[in-house]
Amino acid sequence: MAKIKMKKKSTSTDMTAMCDVAFLLLTFFILTATAKTPEVLPVDTPQSTVQTKLPADNLSMLTIGKVDGKTAVFFDLKGKDVRKKALEFMAEKYNVTFTDKEAEEFGLMESFGVPIQNLKEILSMKAADRNKAGQPGIPKDSLDNQLKDWVLYSRKANIEVNDKELNFAIKGDAKEQYPAIKQIMDLLQDQKVNSFNLVTGLRGKNF
Amino acid sequence: MAELNTDGGGGKKGGGKVRSKKQNSKVDLTAMVDLAFLLITFFMLTTTLSKPQSMDLTLPDKEKDPNKKEEDIKVDENKTLTLLLGENGKLVSYMGMITTPLVAPKDFSYGKDGIRKELLKRMEQVKQYSTAKGEPGKGMIVIIKPSKKSTYRNLVDILDEMAIVGVNKTGSYAIVNDFLPEEVKLLEGNK
Repeated sequence: MAKIKMKKKSTSTDMTAMCDVAFLLLTFFILTATAKTPEVLPVDTPQSTVQTKLPADNLSMLTIGKVDGKTAVFFDLKGKDVRKKALEFMAEKYNVTFTDKEAEEFGLMESFGVPIQNLKEILSMKAADRNKAGQPGIPKDSLDNQLKDWVLYSRKANIEVNDKELNFAIKGDAKEQYPAIKQIMDLLQDQKVNSFNLVTGLRGKNF
Repeated sequence: MAELNTDGGGGKKGGGKVRSKKQNSKVDLTAMVDLAFLLITFFMLTTTLSKPQSMDLTLPDKEKDPNKKEEDIKVDENKTLTLLLGENGKLVSYMGMITTPLVAPKDFSYGKDGIRKELLKRMEQVKQYSTAKGEPGKGMIVIIKPSKKSTYRNLVDILDEMAIVGVNKTGSYAIVNDFLPEEVKLLEGNK
């Protein structure tokens, strides 16, 4: 008679389904991940142990850093439609006209730091060239306070587009002196924006 | 799917026919799955961790009405701690009023071995004082005075310190910009 043999079970499992799921997730994460865009004004943010994340929308970021040894403020606004609306308001106020193409370009742009009169030049550049253009920062002294208007009109634009109050985040360089930061805080407070976020990096547990 | 014929090329035994051995079409997917999960982990972590962190800061409303007289709010000197932020990471802390300080001004360093110990000690003191007075809910009031030469890092460090020791749970803290002459002297002196 034939011997009764124990049937050997194969140890290899079928990985097809697992592989499918893994790649599905991988595709999802790759597509949702946004590539880190190079910063126009690189700043070294101070560290803190607070773990709150910055909101992703309804946000305007004021970056305070040094350009050629002088304090410069760069402005950024989230949301394409809000940006376009804000630009519309600003163009009206400063009598500068922008074409539809330029407005579109502005909607997709990152933060910028030029007076509105020079914005056209920056918009006509390629994204990679903008970082090298040597943007001087947005004028914020009492004679020509464009930053104040940007803040004001972006709030207006955000309320019109999203029907929500705009949040402000201050991203300051750690080495920046307090008066420079205070000037920006005062500017926001003059418009009764009393609450804002300070962008910080993560600090180690040992602090 | 990928598993077309599982039992290799065994076939029936004892048959006379010669069969060509069927090749196993099953591919080993282990390495591929490994790689996929590695990449998933990478993308998951980078997307969630790349969002910048932020610290909420709410400042008191600026009173702009010139007709309205500014009300001086009286605070108990036993409960106020003043922190002066100076140049090059100088940090001076005292309690009470500058002319008659309850705890004399002293230099501290930032971080857990410096100002945090002092803050916790003083908070405990204030708690005892308040309890003795019959109002245990009232905590310490910290006045932060950043000088013109202090940096943004100093300010954030101190605000962070406030969050760590939890001053806000019982008391409060405020950023004040007016400097008294004595305080200026304190920061300028013995550099």
